[in-house]
Amino acid sequence: MARLLSRTRLNRRKFMAGVALAGASAAPLPTDAANAAASAGSPDAARPSALRPTAAVAAAETGTPQASVQAGGAPSSDFMVDVIKSLDIDYVPCNPAQSFRGLHESLIDYGGNKKPEFLTCTHEEASVAMAHGYFKIAGKPLLVLCHGTVGLQHAAMAIYNAWCDRVPVIVMGGTDLDASKRPPGVPTFHSAQDINALVRDFTKWDDQPVSLQHFAQSFVRAYKLAMTPPHEPVMIALDCGLQEQALHDRSKLTIPRYVPTAPPQGDMNAVREAARLLAAAERPVIIADKYARTADGVKFLVQLAEALQAPVIDQKGRMNFPNTHHLFQNGRAQALLKEADVILGLELADYWGTVNGYIDNGENDGAGLQESHIKPSAKLISISSVTLNTKSNYQDFQRFQVVDVDMAGDAQATLPALIEAVKQALPTNRTGNIEARGAAMKKAWTDARDRTRQAASYAWDASPISTARMAMEVYAQIKDLDWSSVGGDRQLSSWPSRLWPMDKHYHHIGGPGGYGIGYNAPAAVGAALANRAQGRFSINFQPDGDMMFGPGVLWTAVKHQIPLLSVMHNNRGYHQESMHVQRMSSRRNRVASLGKDIAPVGTRLENPTIDYAKLASSMGMWSAGPITDANELAPALKKAVQVVKAGEPAMVDVVTQPR
Amino acid sequence: MRMCVIIAGLVFGLNVGQEVASAASAEHGKTAFIQNGCWQCHGTMGQGSIMTSGGKRLAPDPLPWETFSAFVRSSNRAMPPFSEKILSDNDLADIYAYLLSIPKPPDTASIPLLKE
Ligand code: HEC
Repeated sequence: MARLLSRTRLNRRKFMAGVALAGASAAPLPTDAANAAASAGSPDAARPSALRPTAAVAAAETGTPQASVQAGGAPSSDFMVDVIKSLDIDYVPCNPAQSFRGLHESLIDYGGNKKPEFLTCTHEEASVAMAHGYFKIAGKPLLVLCHGTVGLQHAAMAIYNAWCDRVPVIVMGGTDLDASKRPPGVPTFHSAQDINALVRDFTKWDDQPVSLQHFAQSFVRAYKLAMTPPHEPVMIALDCGLQEQALHDRSKLTIPRYVPTAPPQGDMNAVREAARLLAAAERPVIIADKYARTADGVKFLVQLAEALQAPVIDQKGRMNFPNTHHLFQNGRAQALLKEADVILGLELADYWGTVNGYIDNGENDGAGLQESHIKPSAKLISISSVTLNTKSNYQDFQRFQVVDVDMAGDAQATLPALIEAVKQALPTNRTGNIEARGAAMKKAWTDARDRTRQAASYAWDASPISTARMAMEVYAQIKDLDWSSVGGDRQLSSWPSRLWPMDKHYHHIGGPGGYGIGYNAPAAVGAALANRAQGRFSINFQPDGDMMFGPGVLWTAVKHQIPLLSVMHNNRGYHQESMHVQRMSSRRNRVASLGKDIAPVGTRLENPTIDYAKLASSMGMWSAGPITDANELAPALKKAVQVVKAGEPAMVDVVTQPR
Repeated sequence: MRMCVIIAGLVFGLNVGQEVASAASAEHGKTAFIQNGCWQCHGTMGQGSIMTSGGKRLAPDPLPWETFSAFVRSSNRAMPPFSEKILSDNDLADIYAYLLSIPKPPDTASIPLLKE
């Protein structure tokens, strides 16, 4: 590996070596003795590592080196910045770390901290999840920098979520490869032969460039692969030596031009076969999960559904279909599937789970009840790009489902062809049938809406506050704004997506993908950042358990003035797990031990309860709550909305029903 | 027996004595509803959720007592059963009294937030 060390760098490294050696082998010296040794500049003198530096030590650490590292050349990491800038990346959420200090310095001092701009994060899991949420609104990936070993370990869960959710994130981890030259102690603890191995099972591609030209190719390739559906995270290991060496002849280096790859479309023969089945079907059903990549995806799906007057079940991995449309039939999903003769699945994360039922009741030797939900004669069609990019270890590909027409391709890219093929395949003598189907759907849609409103009225005045009430109190305050719901809503019984009219692609952003907790809060902040550029109002229902994985992201939102209304869905527990343990106790015919809590030991966030309003305000965020009386919601929310409209984040803590 | 009083109250209307008896048991029933974990999947007012109770609601207007108690004891589907060993007949009757005591929600037409 190319590695040009100036004298200054060497000296600094020797100094570091002394520090680290002392940390490992010697008992701490008294402060004075240690500082004296440090100022004497003897690398061999034993020194503890956590003492206040003398002026000389501080200067060596922070000052401008006398003999510049770049003697005879520019910093290599400046060139890296040129490469990064060629891809128009908006932000770089990161927690700072020594292993990418060279690039860090270049990004802010040479790159001017613009495109990309740093976002200071307090945890790498938050950095990646912010990039995850950002992409879902902006459609552009962010660059995440992390410390190669420990930082990447922090980031790993969030990378897995992005992988499962088919979201591109460009992750770059610093590492110091040359074992004979890197500082011993901490920096060596933080280096590895192959940091990428940690996340290779759930990244689309990774590389460890060994030269600057190699870096340019790797970075553009990484970006290109990440942005080709199925979108996925990618990983680049970035050697410290490569960042910090001097670049002598910039003119020899080139930056490859980025040309987006056209998304893969399903095979036309398969498209025609699918169209034939759909056109001839009496009871076709369309199901969409991680389907609509852009607003066009929504438009295409409306066209297809209308051509067939086929009901659409939106599994909400993305905002796929307007819930205001009469063909939106989520409320009748089970009944429709049971009767369906042809089912079209668009980017379904779990086809098996869609057409089969699973009941966790311990039957079947503990495996639970598993039964088909569809007619044996039903024909299944799938369009999914995930088939093009499957790995073995992690099981995000889900259970195996036999389908009759299986297209490896991007569903959104395939839909225009499918719509045309369906229109051609539709027999003219069936127009009446299809219209009748549409009329039935209109009635079913209205009935479902009335039933949903009715269901929302139960426990309307309850304390803890009903999740339906909370959702509608929030909606009343934001309905006239251009809003975007940037948190998940499954944990509050999906009330927002059942009751709020959602017809724009940014009205919700789907879920975490891998269901790794700790996603929601930072992803919401990332999505809100993307909405900020559009002048949109972002609202996040924030589960308490998720909040506590990484509350530091509240500070990041304040620091970078990211307007976001977070409404705590504070049910004071890891409620899913409360129910799991309760289920086990009942099944085993034992009384669940609650300790002093109101759900099984180990699953509650109470005794003491957590004051989220104080948590937020401790980080400089406007906050209110905890609110336990539903009648107090409106005034608090009204104030919070004003704060957010003025460009700052705000939080309202609401003590809620479990779901 | 307390359970009979409640059922009589349900079927024949309440006289003063029965009202007292059922009020007392409804109060303990609320505690039992929490202590035994019913609230976790059904919400503290039995309102239920599409996520956790298959959209089933326990109140107001709970199932008839026989169906209700038989279901709790023997459910073998999405709800775990609660045998007499872990949930006494008395507690289950009190839970039922609590569910009976939950009033109807306001009419959706009278809730402005649930209108268009
Ligand atoms: C782990 C979750 C869970 C817990 C705990 C639980 N239930 Fe249920 N309960 C369910 C589900 C899910 C259903 C719907 C079952 C179905 O439709 O197959 C249900 C259904 C019912 C029904 C039938 C309602 C109807 O209209 O069909 C009754 C009655 C009931 N539960 C009572 C109780 C009581 C009383 C308790 C506490 C002792 C309790 N449940 C605890 C999950 C739970």
